[in-house]
Amino acid sequence: MSKELRERYSDAEWGDSHGQEVVRLGRGQLLEFGQAAHEAGFEVLADVTAVDWFRHRQPRFDLVINLLSMEHRRRLRVLVGVPEEDPVVASLVPVWPGANFGEREVYDMFGITFDGHPDLTRILMPDDWDGFPLRKDFEVGSVPVQFKAAHQVS
Amino acid sequence: MSDKTIDEPQIEEVDLWVSGTEDAEWDTYSTDEGDQKMRLEESGPRLTEQLGSVVSDDYELDDIITEDERMIINMGPQHPSTHGVLRLQLELEGELIRRSKCVIGYLHTGMEKTAETLTFLQGPTNVTRMDYLAPLHNELCFSLAVERLLEIEVPNRAQVIRILMTELNRIASHLVALATNGLDIGAVSIMTYGFREREQILDFFEKTTGLRLNHNYIRPGGVAADLPPGWRADVTDICDTITRRLVDYEDMLKENPIWTGRTRGVGVITAEECRAYGITGPTLRSAGVAWDLRKAFPYSGIENYEFDVPVGEHGDVYDRYRVRIEEIVQSVRIVRQAAAAMPKGDFRIDDRKVTPPPRHRIDESMEALIHHFKIFTEGFRVPAGETYVAIESPRGELGCYLVADGSGKPWRMHTRAPSFYNLQALPIMMADSVVADTVATIASLDPVMGDVDR
Repeated sequence: MSKELRERYSDAEWGDSHGQEVVRLGRGQLLEFGQAAHEAGFEVLADVTAVDWFRHRQPRFDLVINLLSMEHRRRLRVLVGVPEEDPVVASLVPVWPGANFGEREVYDMFGITFDGHPDLTRILMPDDWDGFPLRKDFEVGSVPVQFKAAHQVS
Repeated sequence: MSDKTIDEPQIEEVDLWVSGTEDAEWDTYSTDEGDQKMRLEESGPRLTEQLGSVVSDDYELDDIITEDERMIINMGPQHPSTHGVLRLQLELEGELIRRSKCVIGYLHTGMEKTAETLTFLQGPTNVTRMDYLAPLHNELCFSLAVERLLEIEVPNRAQVIRILMTELNRIASHLVALATNGLDIGAVSIMTYGFREREQILDFFEKTTGLRLNHNYIRPGGVAADLPPGWRADVTDICDTITRRLVDYEDMLKENPIWTGRTRGVGVITAEECRAYGITGPTLRSAGVAWDLRKAFPYSGIENYEFDVPVGEHGDVYDRYRVRIEEIVQSVRIVRQAAAAMPKGDFRIDDRKVTPPPRHRIDESMEALIHHFKIFTEGFRVPAGETYVAIESPRGELGCYLVADGSGKPWRMHTRAPSFYNLQALPIMMADSVVADTVATIASLDPVMGDVDR
């Protein structure tokens, strides 16, 4: 089933990681590839996440999408590089509505915005949170614990 | 100052602090719901999303409701039936729910960030706290990911112990789902029954792992300890008790008119919607899709056991209850087979790069002591690479995406939480149903907020 996809996107980097099929796409191809993959039988978007390669790689972020075909019992992992200066990619919600929460989490944690997402707001962190916690330059323990409405009496 | 009259009393400002008289400086901005607000005037893709009509609509939505008939109320985050701290925004028209939205994140503790600061051997202590009703599944998933990057194969006995423990954990988790589902609808007896049987399993877990929850038992390279003496009798006893007690559950609920009335045709979701929204586990199977990762992508030798994948038909609360009961039966079957087939041998891999030297070697050898110390302080190094491992947790596809950079700690650890994705089903299930059905629907989805928020 992924043969058609391989032929159609022969310019993309197809690889293998510990027995799993991985493809690395250009940022512009994502939505179109998503539609093609959906037609090819990947009817479930299992997971959306990202990796921050802070100072290790360029572009800085990798968007990681795990696709699943229940009919053919296959998985495909799609990697898309996202640069730090312009962290925008096309949303996959039009293809798989289930990408909604996953993309919101990636936005919340990494600050990658999704073009065409119906409701791109913070999902796990408070709305007024500064910064994106899973970025590598966001230090563990660098945020003081807030006790709201507890004022000093002295 | 010159135009002031003399009669006006002069109020002196006294800098004297009296307890309780000061104005509280409430930080209202931080608790303001801001963008999470559910806006009435919403339209377009966001509206269809919340109405659950993106894929297929089970109900016909009547003409657009006028502004003054609608009401938006919050349910939770501390409502007892929301299974943790889940907040729902419900747009009501009288007793009917038109739209709903899940607001989550109240239990977010940044465990994926924490994982980057822990070694691979400490990792299971972190992930085990995510889905606190199925801790062993979380540990197994993480360990399998680490083992795949290390390219090691755990011994046979460790595999069988893993299957035995995770299937027992599945029974315990489904019992809680059943118990809380009953409680939410008002069947209090089933609640006490479910927790009673779960207790027996937790006692066995305590005996084996030392803890009732958050075991840190399944680790990269095998399991932490061998099964305790007398485990076979305990496991047989658990299986026998659960098989016997399941009859009680069936007597109590299966044809109970109140139970069926509250659950049949409630919270319906179709197979098509499940696939589109990435919903897995008993919810997907209740919609008639025989999808189980234990069959599709077997792990830890689960393909050697005989078991069936129960499926429902209508995708409603009743079918999800049936699927869970049947899964308990199937898990008991697997546990019996695992106990019968338990091979002799090591319970962890005999690879000194991953496993510390045995206890008796530490007493006699300095090198072994250093080795032990190094493994537990620095951890072992995992070759650079990335992998995604998914297993069937009681709630669905539990995945672990692990990226290693060759050091002793993961560069990135992401958990694909089944409850997180399953929660997207709630607006679809609840659109155009009555308020009283929300609690039954939430309970049947069995979300664990620790898993959702991580």
